[in-house]
Amino acid sequence: MNRTILHVDLNNFYASVECLYRPEIRDVPVVVGGDVEARHGIVLAKNYHAKQLGVKTGEAIWQAKQKCPGLVVVPTDFKKYLRFSRMAREIYADYTDQIEAFGIDEAWLDVSGSKYISGDGHVLADTIRRRMVNELGITASVGVSWNKIFAKLGSDMKKPNATTVINKYNYKDLVWPLAVGELLYVGRSTKRKLENRAIFTIGDLAKRDIKDLKLLLGVWGETLWQFANGLDSAPVRQSREESIIKSVGNSTTTARDLVNNQDVKLIIYVLAESVAARLRQHGLKCTTVTISIRSNELFSFERQSKLITPSFISSDIALKAMELFKANYFWDKPIRSLGVRGADLVTADNHIQLDLFNGNQVGRENLERAIDSLRNRFGACCIQRGAMILDRRLTGFNPKDDHVIHPVSLFR
Amino acid sequence: MGKVFVEVIARHNADGSVRPLSLKWEDDRVFEIDMVTDVRQAASLKGGGVGMRYTCKISGKQVYLFDDEGRWFVEKRK
Repeated sequence: MNRTILHVDLNNFYASVECLYRPEIRDVPVVVGGDVEARHGIVLAKNYHAKQLGVKTGEAIWQAKQKCPGLVVVPTDFKKYLRFSRMAREIYADYTDQIEAFGIDEAWLDVSGSKYISGDGHVLADTIRRRMVNELGITASVGVSWNKIFAKLGSDMKKPNATTVINKYNYKDLVWPLAVGELLYVGRSTKRKLENRAIFTIGDLAKRDIKDLKLLLGVWGETLWQFANGLDSAPVRQSREESIIKSVGNSTTTARDLVNNQDVKLIIYVLAESVAARLRQHGLKCTTVTISIRSNELFSFERQSKLITPSFISSDIALKAMELFKANYFWDKPIRSLGVRGADLVTADNHIQLDLFNGNQVGRENLERAIDSLRNRFGACCIQRGAMILDRRLTGFNPKDDHVIHPVSLFR
Repeated sequence: MGKVFVEVIARHNADGSVRPLSLKWEDDRVFEIDMVTDVRQAASLKGGGVGMRYTCKISGKQVYLFDDEGRWFVEKRK
């Protein structure tokens, strides 16, 4: 059956919402930025005036200010964005129950079934755009196609407030000339590999022999080839389908650069406590601990290692993370950001292989649970490790409750 | 451009619908709302905000009254 899939992308989402609330800044360059004091001062979103002056998402706010003097920097208000995201979803829900959110401002809708009620893909896309403007006061670009990949490419083609239809008659003209890097899941290194073999556009990729690609990229080669030829058949997930958790992690850009093992230890403990508490919340234990490190020159890497037994105890995770860190980092540069993640999850009530020599696991698990219930009643700061007091500025954040937005993957 | 937050007296019906009855303007004048001709979710581009929009008739004039999550405002003309 031929599907009709819409990809809706809310244009400059954070910036649009902020500009809606403040009509006086609508006609000047605006960026929404993180907290400069906490060193999260990068551009998260920009409006079209700022874009015209060359401001890019992800660059530092001072760089943006150099490009356009008089730039208005608005602090983030995630509660507001989540509200708008929810309202957008309510509009989608009038047309289909197959809504797959991709981040806070993008979603795929499978509207194959609404064709005879609400009109075909193009009509429906226009209706949704009109409702966005009238009811939410923000604009959206919509891509219409028969698969998720082309729909997403379509929503990127015309902005703002436009509909792009990619069908079986025009996809070779519209999609194939695009640079291969535009394709979902072609990142920096895949792009380099492809370009080394003279694959520059999506068309080049589509016309290559699938066997060559498989040799070059393994299974991914096949997947990408299918993407490029519009053969992707992944369904749009229904809204109520919960994704299965694959890993639990937290990371942070610290208030100042970390310069020695003690700094790192503090941050790792804060992160490990959050990871462990979230594992317990979901009734999971992790078998593998991963750390990610980013130096102040933005060079980053990851290392992982296995625990002896699955665990949701913060000190187990922290010790393993610290061990990994000491074995892999030699302090040639100070560190800007750190992450700790627990992966290879198993359910906490699983039977486990007991350790003959390593003391009383159950007692330590009960201790952590007791800490959880204390924190639930009296707040996150009511009980802490002594080390946290060594540097309040560094440890004064709560990764478990502060963060709002979860990154998502297409392949859940 | 802009908006004026106003105090509103409204009747909350048993079916969940709301009928604003009167509003108090910045200068403490109170205006009766004679009629509500339309209620819908809408954005206020002029005022800057979003919410339930009540199209009200107040002494013969049409006024948009917005309920933005419990804060009511009127678009300011200028």
